[in-house]
Amino acid sequence: MATYRFTVDGKRVSVDAQPEMPLLYALRDDLGLRNPHFGCGLAQCGACTVHVNGEAMRSCVLPMSAVAGKTVTTIAGLGTPEKPHPLQAAYVAEGVPQCGYCINGWVMTAAAVLKKNPKASDAELRDALAGLKCRCGTHVAILRAIKRAQSQLA
Amino acid sequence: MDRRDFLKMSFAASGGLVVSFSLPPIEALAQSAGKPALVPNELDSWIAVLPDGRVNAFFGKMDMGQGLDVAVAQIVAEELDVGFDKVSVLMGDTASSCNQGGASGSTGTSNGARLLRKAAAEARRVLVERAADRLGAPAAELRVEDGTVVSPRGKTTYAELVGGRYFHHQVQWNQQTGNPMDISVPAKPKPPAEYKVVGKPLARRDVAWKLYGTGEYVTDVRVPGMVHARVIRPPRAACSVRGVDESSIKGIRGARVVREKDFVAVVAPREWDAVRAAQQLKIDWHYDAKAFPAMDALHEHIRAAKAVKREEPVKQGDVEAALKASGVRVIEAEYEWPFQSHASMGPACALADVKADRCTVWTGSQKPHYTRDGVAKLLDMPPEKVRAVWVPGPGSYGRNDAGDAALDAAFLSRAVAKPVRVQGMRADGTAWDPKAPAAVHRARAALDASGKVIAYDFLAKGFSRQQIATNESNPADSLLGQALGLTPKGNQIYGTPGESYGFENKRLAWETIAPLVVAGCSPLRTSHLRDPVGPDIHFASEQFIDELAHAAGEDPVAFRLRYLTNPRHAAVVKAAAEKARWSSLGKGKGIAFADRNGTAVAVVAEVEVDRASGRIWAKRFTVAHDCGLVINPLTLRQTIEGNVVQGLSRTLFEEVRFAPDAVASVDWASYPILEMPDAPEAIEIVLIDRPEVAPSGAGEPTIRVIPAAVANAFFSATGVRLRRAPLNPERVKAALAKA
Repeated sequence: MATYRFTVDGKRVSVDAQPEMPLLYALRDDLGLRNPHFGCGLAQCGACTVHVNGEAMRSCVLPMSAVAGKTVTTIAGLGTPEKPHPLQAAYVAEGVPQCGYCINGWVMTAAAVLKKNPKASDAELRDALAGLKCRCGTHVAILRAIKRAQSQLA
Repeated sequence: MDRRDFLKMSFAASGGLVVSFSLPPIEALAQSAGKPALVPNELDSWIAVLPDGRVNAFFGKMDMGQGLDVAVAQIVAEELDVGFDKVSVLMGDTASSCNQGGASGSTGTSNGARLLRKAAAEARRVLVERAADRLGAPAAELRVEDGTVVSPRGKTTYAELVGGRYFHHQVQWNQQTGNPMDISVPAKPKPPAEYKVVGKPLARRDVAWKLYGTGEYVTDVRVPGMVHARVIRPPRAACSVRGVDESSIKGIRGARVVREKDFVAVVAPREWDAVRAAQQLKIDWHYDAKAFPAMDALHEHIRAAKAVKREEPVKQGDVEAALKASGVRVIEAEYEWPFQSHASMGPACALADVKADRCTVWTGSQKPHYTRDGVAKLLDMPPEKVRAVWVPGPGSYGRNDAGDAALDAAFLSRAVAKPVRVQGMRADGTAWDPKAPAAVHRARAALDASGKVIAYDFLAKGFSRQQIATNESNPADSLLGQALGLTPKGNQIYGTPGESYGFENKRLAWETIAPLVVAGCSPLRTSHLRDPVGPDIHFASEQFIDELAHAAGEDPVAFRLRYLTNPRHAAVVKAAAEKARWSSLGKGKGIAFADRNGTAVAVVAEVEVDRASGRIWAKRFTVAHDCGLVINPLTLRQTIEGNVVQGLSRTLFEEVRFAPDAVASVDWASYPILEMPDAPEAIEIVLIDRPEVAPSGAGEPTIRVIPAAVANAFFSATGVRLRRAPLNPERVKAALAKA
């Protein structure tokens, strides 16, 4: 066990944990955040995605030892109902999620993609979002929402 | 004990309001005196008016993210004449709703909301009658405007009439439980011509919290004093436990083993410690090395297996004689479908708090009333001492792993005398969920010299779709029960195509075969997956119709229209073809049509085939959909879109892999589903609204036409038939190389 200090959604936090414990368990169990979600524990689906120092990362495989001193942003820190990120507003407008359990992956990954490439083309978006899963099949709505957000970012 | 005491007691049992799960406003009502029993023949079981005039509708089904609750709110608002925003729909809590069957068979609107519609209409009638008394005006002179009853002599409100109190009004219940539950009432619901709220494209209510992380999934529920558990599913089929080496986890703080017969779990105060303990625990398993056939011999096994049960739901004329008639051309084909997994977005999670004489269980199961019954049986408690609370889970799509988790949690909570939260790891969701059955379907037809179909014979053959029941009301139908030595009774049932082709000699039949593993846990046990046996049956039947059109030298759309006898069926085929501009499309187009319990759907798929990589890209779909009266065109479109993409995933990629002793599809790498690069570019939807026809359901029908539409489009593009699903690149390349 060791103590890890880092920042989550703008707050400084400290968690006692095994160095190999994935960040996801700290976020959910020690810090009481409801997002991100456990989907696979294997970095295969994206349901656990957060930003670590601005990069989209899969918190289900990111050990605590790699998180010390870093800045973590979850979907709740990306935007709020009062001050939504354009992607969150666009997803709401398009009514994208069905079960919604996958949504972290899509929003947090797309947010990181658009930060680097706000005008990403359809082909670039499809490519950049490969590796994420949505079991309800909302992919077409996801692309619509991202394009809506792009038009607002432009 | 009356319901009020039960509510109070179970709230206390669950830690009262300490749980972060938000308890429904029914609690406020439960405090007031004289609460009638929660039985279907009490109006108070369905509708409540709160002191401020807002309305609660208590629904015994639930929404899985397709907007069913919005449709119910629209219907209740419509019949009651109150604003849509005033109506809350409280779903899936056994303490506040009757057993309407949970999510099941796309009956949310057709059966579930039908009852609420009558209850709301009756509530309005009763309230107008009481208003007439209060206002001293004849009921016929009254009208209702957003919950205010207006007469020439004055007005009153629903809130004044009954707000915060009970109706104490009986309705007539048909004595059925589950999907067929219904009531009859003196009130007459509104004619569709008067609808103001029904038919509007109102947005879903569960979208924002999912985007901002402010709501709650079943995985988020926490209660004080709870511990975490992981169940260790067997590594192979039909395993038994010879021994457990508890010392293998002794280094993990607070971790302990719970074992009973072949059921093994670990429990620990911290979740990560439970995960580590599950990974480290040494178990000596004994197993049957030849539980399954070799995977590449699966369909041979099905062909050769003796039929356990056979039914012929459609039998017209003399098919055998017509097939042997002189001068006919006989066309024959067989189609193969693999086992498929629910593969929900996350493995199941449940939390149970078992006390000496009662239990509360939070579950993502789509049938929480049956979860309650199963937990009660498991714990040997009367069902009224068990409360099951449905909380949205990581998808559902049928009987996935959620029901197993609920029984596991209850069993473990009793064993350790603490609230237990259990969640699966990925393999528990992919390898151990109940599977959609594998099948081989055979079709034969005879064409006369003019190309007319004079005989048609379709036989669906596969593992039963219900080796275990479609719900967890009997522990024998759960992995826990099987590990404890119970054997599921099972039900032999399959299905036949939903269509109205008017072939003069016609037989539609099905046969089921015995399960591969009868006793003990099987990762290939079969049960319901979205549109049970619909995608596989219509993959076969609607491809075969295309094969017949081809043999007759006719256009696939014209051929279908020539034979379809139900005008609503013909209408969707025409509408899809017109919207897609069928006759002007080049190669790579395919159509498929089907009916599902009164909902008709046709789809045109347009595909591109990359011969080098074997990739099929289904670029565009055009769907025509007729489910009778459209309650909400916005959520209906979203539901259809999800069906198209999930159907495409099952068509192109999904196949449970297995070895003779185990399932090898354990995660997303070994059970791939569709990802963004393969998503369609566009899904066009034509909704045929028929206000005069009662709504017949939309949660599943569209998925059944996708596989054949894609396969037919592939044939149109390449001239090659793909009669084995999934149509993955490997299989496409092999088929093209052979052609």
